[in-house]
Amino acid sequence: MADFLLYALLAGCGVAVAAGPLGSLIVWQRLAYFGDTLAHSALLGAALGLLLAVDPWLTVLGVAVAIGTILALLQGHPQLNTDSLLGILSHGSLALGLVAISLFDGARIDLNSYLFGDLLAVAPADLWLIAAMTTVVLAGLALCWDALLAITVHPELAAVNGRPVTRLRLLLMVAVAMLVAAAMKVVGVLLVTALLIIPANAARPWSRTPEQMALLAAALGVIAVAAGLAGSWWLDTPTGPSIVTAAALLFVLSYSSGQVAGRGQRA
Amino acid sequence: MTEETLLEVDNASVAFAGRTVLDQVSLRVRRGEIVTVIGPNGAGKTTLIKLALALQIPARGRVWRRPGLRVGYMPQRLHTSAALPLTVERFLRLGGASRAAVVEALVEVGLPERGALPLQSASGGELQRVLLAQALLRTPDLLVLDEPVQGVDLAGQTAMYELIAEVRNRHRCGVLMISHDLHWVMAKTDHVVCLNQHVCCEGHPEQVGNDPAYRALFGDRFVRNVALYQHHHDHRHDLHGDVVCQHDTPAATAPKDDNHG
Repeated sequence: MADFLLYALLAGCGVAVAAGPLGSLIVWQRLAYFGDTLAHSALLGAALGLLLAVDPWLTVLGVAVAIGTILALLQGHPQLNTDSLLGILSHGSLALGLVAISLFDGARIDLNSYLFGDLLAVAPADLWLIAAMTTVVLAGLALCWDALLAITVHPELAAVNGRPVTRLRLLLMVAVAMLVAAAMKVVGVLLVTALLIIPANAARPWSRTPEQMALLAAALGVIAVAAGLAGSWWLDTPTGPSIVTAAALLFVLSYSSGQVAGRGQRA
Repeated sequence: MTEETLLEVDNASVAFAGRTVLDQVSLRVRRGEIVTVIGPNGAGKTTLIKLALALQIPARGRVWRRPGLRVGYMPQRLHTSAALPLTVERFLRLGGASRAAVVEALVEVGLPERGALPLQSASGGELQRVLLAQALLRTPDLLVLDEPVQGVDLAGQTAMYELIAEVRNRHRCGVLMISHDLHWVMAKTDHVVCLNQHVCCEGHPEQVGNDPAYRALFGDRFVRNVALYQHHHDHRHDLHGDVVCQHDTPAATAPKDDNHG
């Protein structure tokens, strides 16, 4: 196997493994649109990195955390719905990112690689970064797993029972920001949320505990990455969209067979 | 009664965006005592509960909780997404309780062997019992119950209130709760606080039942028809808890009475 394929596979699997449990939490807390907003802001982060001539990973992370903080501060504003707020921040930052990137010498920047990912261009240095981010995200989630589940079920009850709700929400936000930064190379900013949401939902019909769902989502994500990469190699299609397509097919397969199995149980 | 004081709210006021929600409210809960807060929608009942739980800080006045007070909180309902696969037992263990403690708590609330039940499949009555078990697992000095019979059918409501009284006796804890069931409030509560932003009247249930302020707030006819209304709303889960509150003045009650009987 060519080196670049191996790197692509490892990078994709690393992101998918962290996306399993994190995506499950996002699905349970109904934060899909929140993930989308952070992902879209990544383009602005990348443009900022180019502008300041620093590593775009850092600026992507910084912008995502900043957007998340703005969101947390503005939430509960009497005249703004949360979904409107998310839409404004999401598309506002995406548009601003596109404008900022267009100001650079267009020949040097491949906009498509930011929007749809450029997995085949992953270098060993990127692999280390993805490995580091994945490890930090997984360690953070594992350490606070029960507490994160508690605030998912009932935030106020969790607060009464002594859980640091605000800090846990911040942890979740930073984890999503880190995953977005890591996943940008893999599937691009437009499809990052898909990698979080689709495997988790595909895992749902087969899970009886939160842990089963998180692990199964990670496994399905890895399968989607491998299948998407293979498909993109044989059919000469873009890797990011191919991976998301594979995940979507897995979801359809899982849900249709899960429904049949569910009917069998009830009968 | 000379039992130790667990919680004392002293002249507390809360305002949201310039609108007064609670105005100089005072309240005390002692060990072994059931204190029930009643009042129409928007009376500030939930805000008062939040003060007691230290989830809300009063703008004026103070809230004193006995140092080291252990609080068991039973929220109105859970908003768990159907996407979260969670059994009753796993939910109860989120607070760090041991398997044995969970089994014991489920027996105490009358749900033995229901640990494997998915939370989303629990009936309204079962869910309220699970929430009570969750509160008991905190080994509480003070139980705070926010409308504990929401989504429970009439027979289940009586059983639930009996259970709360039993739990109070067995654990020697204080109970602070919001209730809409005036019959039960009159029968089993030690102290009633009738709230409408400020404390309209309070005291022993019989005393409060004859208080003109109480009658003005709920209306004579409404008080007699409580059971009928609750039956009517039995299966309208989205409207639970609005039972008392839509009829907060005698004038508003009159036309509705005609509809139902």
